[in-house]
Amino acid sequence: MASKESLGKTLGVVVGVCLVCSIVVSVAAVGLRPTQQANALLDKQKNILAVSGLEIGSQKMADVFAKNIEPRLVDLKTGEYVDVKDVEGVSDINEYDPLKAAKEPEKSTKLSPEQAIAGFSTRENIGLVYLVNSDAGELERVIVPVRGAGLWNMMYAFVAIQPDGNTVDGITYYQQGETPGLGGEVENPMWKALWPGKKLYDEQGNPAIKIVKGGAAEGDVHGVDGLSGATLTGTGIQHTFDFWLSTDGYGSYLKKLGKGELNNG
Amino acid sequence: MASDAKKVLVGPIISNNPIALQILGVCSALAVTSKLETAVVMTLAVTFVTAFSNLFISIIRNHIPGSVRIIVQMAIIASLVIVVDQVLKAVAFELSKQLSVYVGLIITNCIVMGRAEAYAMKSPPGASFMDGIGNGLGYGFILVAVGGIREFFGSGALFGIEIMPLISAGGWYQSNGLLLLPPSAFFIIGLLIWAIRTFKPEQVEAKD
Repeated sequence: MASKESLGKTLGVVVGVCLVCSIVVSVAAVGLRPTQQANALLDKQKNILAVSGLEIGSQKMADVFAKNIEPRLVDLKTGEYVDVKDVEGVSDINEYDPLKAAKEPEKSTKLSPEQAIAGFSTRENIGLVYLVNSDAGELERVIVPVRGAGLWNMMYAFVAIQPDGNTVDGITYYQQGETPGLGGEVENPMWKALWPGKKLYDEQGNPAIKIVKGGAAEGDVHGVDGLSGATLTGTGIQHTFDFWLSTDGYGSYLKKLGKGELNNG
Repeated sequence: MASDAKKVLVGPIISNNPIALQILGVCSALAVTSKLETAVVMTLAVTFVTAFSNLFISIIRNHIPGSVRIIVQMAIIASLVIVVDQVLKAVAFELSKQLSVYVGLIITNCIVMGRAEAYAMKSPPGASFMDGIGNGLGYGFILVAVGGIREFFGSGALFGIEIMPLISAGGWYQSNGLLLLPPSAFFIIGLLIWAIRTFKPEQVEAKD
């Protein structure tokens, strides 16, 4: 038997170990992928339903989602809805991923340093919003995804807005890596409860949401209390809203929505 | 033999604790202990990886050439970590989101490599497996202790269940924000090491 230090033996052992390991890893990755994708989808639906205001009760989440939530693509530049078939490279709206699009040069817009306040330098051209319809088919809210850098990581949220394109109905941060107990309190229901009823725009139509350090004044329809001990997270939220409410974000869409001017709504 | 196995299994929990005595794996102990739930899941993940990497490395220990032994160990450890990560994503999606990169970073946890190199390369598979479980539990003992203290005094809860209602939620308990930040784990681990060494003075290093 060859010594265990010989070249042949060394190569043999390394190749053997690598082969076995790669088979194990591939089996795990491929075998578990369907469950993982189902999980990711369910997680997203759960977050959307959380701000939708819909009563779920004993119904299945996926059923409520299919019945009452209608995903739509929005051209962020014009603010108009676009059909799935008019968007290149998308065959199924459920497969469209705005975050992925934001990273592809031909599907995104480069932001100038002045525009890129929310912590990313390219923005997708086509956004994905969710319309919440009542059982009778009437539009109750639109759910707009926003994101922006916090203190540590990108923070992702859904904002539910009334059909007037101005009044907030709810917000949920569904992915963030802020300090637990401080900035992480963006997930606190007490803080989220401050949002419903706030107006996104002032009378001139400019983005007006303000995160107020030390607490917003009573009756301030644009101000939201900052989180104590989380000034930088608050700044991140402020920039998130400044960006997404502007015409670089969903500004054009929300304006048209409020005036009922959407062509193919 | 039975007492040997017990020693291998239970020894690392107090008398030869990987964090408290060997001061290994401290990095992840800071990162995942702000809540008990993540601490427990991390413990299970690390225990699984240490136990099985020890087992597999021990099985092939007589065939691993000395010149590439670290690479072979890493390949096995890395594969196991990826499997754990994938399984977590499939069965505990919420938790895997919270643990984020730290599951992947088990690969770099010194405890796993340390046990593979120091124990599994020289010992039979059964004992190596036990040693892996023991060290995983020893790591977990510190993690759970730190996680419990941090979550209880930092958020007034255990396993996410509110025990002391916070002032910010209309209760009476003013939470200690420092405990939610990673440095607090340093203090708590330091105090734990002090406590353990007070009970077991033989762990105190000789003065230079």
